[in-house]
Formats: sequence, C-alpha cells, structure tokens
Amino acid sequence: MKCDELLQALSDYVDGDVDPSICEEFEDHLAGCNPCQIVVDNVRKTIALYKAGEPYPLPEEFQRRLHATLRARWQERFGK
Amino acid sequence: MEGIDSGTSPTDLELLRRARQGQWDAFEGLMGRFEPRVFRLTWRILQQREDAEDATQQTFINVMEHLDQFREEAAVATWILRIATNQALATLRKRRGRSTVPLDTQPNPGDDETPMPHPEFIAQWRDDPAELAERSEVKELLGQALSELDEKHRVVFVLRDVEEFSTRETAELLGISESNVKVRLLRARLRLRERLTRTLGDESTRVTPDHDHDHGAENRVT
Repeated sequence: MKCDELLQALSDYVDGDVDPSICEEFEDHLAGCNPCQIVVDNVRKTIALYKAGEPYPLPEEFQRRLHATLRARWQERFGK
Repeated sequence: MEGIDSGTSPTDLELLRRARQGQWDAFEGLMGRFEPRVFRLTWRILQQREDAEDATQQTFINVMEHLDQFREEAAVATWILRIATNQALATLRKRRGRSTVPLDTQPNPGDDETPMPHPEFIAQWRDDPAELAERSEVKELLGQALSELDEKHRVVFVLRDVEEFSTRETAELLGISESNVKVRLLRARLRLRERLTRTLGDESTRVTPDHDHDHGAENRVT
C-alpha cells in the first residue's frame, strides 16, 4: 500500500469499517510511515475535538422567545 | 442515539406520548431536552445564528404539528434531529434560490471526483483534544474551519462526525448515495485536519510528506 492508497482508505479505517485484508495492509504501511501515522492521529483528534467542542450555546433570550412562540402555537392547536 | 433519561425523570418517549395527549408541560419538557442540540446542529450546518434560530423554531413547530406521525420505530432523539436536519437543508436550498452565484459554479455531484486533498502540514498536535476543547480561541478556530468548508462537505461532516448519524442515515437525509457520503466525509476530514494542524500542530515535530514513496526509508520509524 502506498500513501495515496492509505489516504483513500483512511476514513473507513478510522471508523473501524475497513475490510480485514485491507486493514492489515493499512497497518503494515502505517508501521513504517511516520507522516501517515501522524495524519491518521490528526484526523482522529480533529473528529474528537469537534465532538467535544460546545461552541454554540443556546442564547437565553432566544430560548424565552422560542418557548413563548411555541406556547402560543400550542394554544391555537390544542386550545389549552 | 439516546436522549436524556436519568433517574426517575420521564423518558423522551413518555414525554412525547403525553404531549400527544395535549399536555403542554410534556412538550415543553421535550423542547428543553433537545433545543440546545437542535440549535447547535442547525448553527453548525448554517453557520449563521439568526438562520439557526429560525431553523430551531421551525423544527419544534414541525415536531408539534407531527406528533401523531412519530411511529416509535426510531428513537425520539433521532426523529427530532432528522426534522432539524431537514429544516437546515431547506434553509440552505432557500439561500441558493436567493443566491446570485451563476449555476455552473454551484456545487454539483460530479465535483466529488476532483483529486483528493493531500496532507501538506503534517505535525503532531501540541495538546489533547479534551484540553483544547476548553479554550475559547480553539472554539473560534473550530467554527472558522467549519465555515470554510464547502456546504456539501460541512453538512456531511456535521451529520456523521458530530451528530453520529450512520452513513446510510446521512445518505437518506441528503438524498445522495452512501459512497458519496464517504467521499465527502473523507474530504471534509482531510480539509479540517489540514486547517487545524496548521494552528494546533507542533512545528518541531513537522515531517515532510512524500506522496510518491512507498515505505520510503526517509520516513521509516526506527
């Protein structure tokens, strides 16, 4: 396996969704290729960082407005 | 995909059933559980706060109006996030309708066949993701990097890697093939990796890529 081929299989590998025979080739290549090791590690960390990040907190003022709007709609629909 | 269900509090499904019977408190409880996540999802996709607020509001209006149509085959969380995703996608379509960009420069399915972006800046990150996630400048960087992605790559990344929809669910939501989802996800991940590593990478560990090598001696780990 060459670096380009590893790149093509990278997502499936990171997702644990790669065919076992390809997985072996992938790991053989990885064991001898420092740049590819780092790229795979970077991609894993990129995903982990986006999962961990909470950059968009719900604004309180919007939350109040949202509940008031939905409450009014609810009363129109269900009458209570 | 699980909702919040701790201790003796009602499950998402119990709340939804009570809401169906016309109990506002139950519906409001359901909103309280999901509104932060719906807002986050729509903001990530739309990259604009006001549009995210509108999409969030419309999501809960749709949930309210379709309570009777929830068939209890999927988790309540999945159902609500699907509605939110569809709402965000509708907003994107509306934006394109207003757009003055010529048609031939708009995204099309064929451009998934462009060459794969190659990693250029390759270096170990200085810190762990859990630690980085707490820093305000990193939060800003994450938003910036996401906003720089093409819309079609951003949507797939958010659905697959942040909201954890499966490849099949993402394909169904977007009306594209599973292989297209995979191609777009790989491009999104590689572009985000490149962008984040340029800021978060440790220059002293930087290595030079050699795209032609196959187990080249200069890159062999010893």
